[in-house]
Amino acid sequence: MTPAVSFQGVSRHFGAVKAVDALSLDIQPGEFFAMLGPSGSGKTTCLRLIAGFEQPTAGSISIFGERAEGVPPYRRNVNTVFQDYALFPHLNVLDNVAYGLMVKGTGKAERHKAAEEALALVRLPGYGARRPGQLSGGQRQRVALARALVNQPKVLLLDEPLGALDLKLREDMQEELKSLQKALGITFVFVTHDQGEALSMADRVAVFNEGRIAQVGAPQDIYQKPATRFVADFVGSSNVLPPDFVQRWSGQKRWGSLRPEAIRVNLGGGAKGNEGVAARLVATNYLGATTRLALDADGLRLHATVPAGSALPREGEQVTLSFNRESLHLMEEGA
Amino acid sequence: MSVQATLPTRQAPAVLPSSGGMRGALSDLFWRRPRVLLLLMLAPPLLWLGIVYIGSLIALLLQSFFSIDEFSGLINRQFTLKTYGDLLQAANLDIILRTVTMAALVTLASAAIAFPIAYYAARYARGRWKALFYLAVMLPLWSSYLVKVYAWKLILAKEGILTWLLAKVHLGWLLDGWLALPYVGGSSLSVSATGTFIAFVYVWLPFMILPVQASLERVPTNLIEASSDLGASPGQTFRNVLFPLALPGIVAGSIFTFSLTLGDYIIPQIIGTSRLFIGQAVYAQQGTAGNIPLAAAFAVVPIVIMGFYLWGAKKLGAFDAL
Repeated sequence: MTPAVSFQGVSRHFGAVKAVDALSLDIQPGEFFAMLGPSGSGKTTCLRLIAGFEQPTAGSISIFGERAEGVPPYRRNVNTVFQDYALFPHLNVLDNVAYGLMVKGTGKAERHKAAEEALALVRLPGYGARRPGQLSGGQRQRVALARALVNQPKVLLLDEPLGALDLKLREDMQEELKSLQKALGITFVFVTHDQGEALSMADRVAVFNEGRIAQVGAPQDIYQKPATRFVADFVGSSNVLPPDFVQRWSGQKRWGSLRPEAIRVNLGGGAKGNEGVAARLVATNYLGATTRLALDADGLRLHATVPAGSALPREGEQVTLSFNRESLHLMEEGA
Repeated sequence: MSVQATLPTRQAPAVLPSSGGMRGALSDLFWRRPRVLLLLMLAPPLLWLGIVYIGSLIALLLQSFFSIDEFSGLINRQFTLKTYGDLLQAANLDIILRTVTMAALVTLASAAIAFPIAYYAARYARGRWKALFYLAVMLPLWSSYLVKVYAWKLILAKEGILTWLLAKVHLGWLLDGWLALPYVGGSSLSVSATGTFIAFVYVWLPFMILPVQASLERVPTNLIEASSDLGASPGQTFRNVLFPLALPGIVAGSIFTFSLTLGDYIIPQIIGTSRLFIGQAVYAQQGTAGNIPLAAAFAVVPIVIMGFYLWGAKKLGAFDAL
């Protein structure tokens, strides 16, 4: 199957800064694909390379098998939902949504009808006459989505689409985007620095670090089997365990990761041998459904999350930590 | 995580005493009553605008409703529309039409020349280049207006550099052909309407560039990208996004170029034909002719035209994107 988007050894350097460095990646048609990483990791540059706002300094990009280098954005059947929506302030909502059809020469009646349908799709029917300035952040987001979708793009790019929304709205939009993508079957590529968003929405996630991809895989793989210390640390803040510690439990001298929720915290100290790890509780953070504990195990800083309502030790108290051997994941490399 | 407290402890009251004296009392008063400060700051400019500016404008308007006694040359302080009747004589209408046409052409040319410069400055110039841009645009404003106009007279003269240059590149025939045309031509550029036009465009150009640049600066780059992303060619992006969003700046600039051309009396005096412009007519009527009412009536014309101009611009939606 021809990939929807294919990067072959793509680099994008800005002077000495290697925003994207010799990166290869295939995104499959109909996939909901997330590019996850901290700011400056190259994920947004990758999105802009697909949209055509940036040109690669080396390597090649193809979209559904067609070479994309040197093709301007306006000749790519790819549309973008911008981070701050980029709605045209001088046009009303209907003309904003119909813009793509207007520049392609579609007649007024036809494009307004299509725009109305797109607005209904994002649950904003009848908002056409308003100005973007009169809408809330969540509504603008939906208009931006409708404006992109009305062109029936081969690939839809979303740049931090939910970044500016508050928590409740963000959760609603996550579900909505996912069901919309399923219904339309369009390839969605979205960029985010929020691991929760990437894990909950995407079919596959690429974790970016310093212009390269640290790991690509299904959310479960990324979360449970991080390939590198960076992935373990960035995605859901795993405990990264040094080789000496891991050797005690697995016999192999490699870096390991352990999820905070995989650690059981038993009250009382006195751990002996390989039955548990003696630790001291340093701090507790109440998070609602869970409580996050910061622990000090003989100089090694560990985090554990326990369900709300568990019996909690006091700060400074000695505890014993235990976990299943299977939940200790050995990483491929220590990078 | 336990943190060791390292800040030195210091004895200080929770509320500090007033710094005392007049200044302390004034600061406290202004903080408690911000409107007092606002009033103090606004009073001088409001008095200036209200009395000196609006007041003299009203005085001017009143003058135009007086008339002059043709035998004694004295002003008859009776309200009448006679002066406006004089204004509508063919010779005077000719002056008004000539001035408005010139102002419109100067404005269009200024906008066309200013846009690419302003676009470059707003989109591409950074740091040192931006400073250079401001310097280049403002520099002509530092030298005297009269010096610039006389410089243009020399450039445009029959023995001037422009004629010489065109002859050197074998385009002298083009200039001669142009000067042979009615209305725009003359015996040389410096005594033709074309010369007046060139000098006007040069002198008012900074007043067009700066507002257009400011309005383009406010257009976010991602709107241009969004337009391109949605399939618009650069030309379509210009027509549908860039131009409408820059329009308030172009209108602001055109208010300058249009009204300054309407009122100017020095440039057409030095460069151009002997046919009068409104400014020259005002100058002649209030000076040598001593007909203050007719001068006032002439001066009202640009005000009325600008009123219609702004009203039309608003109707066209030029201020919608503000």
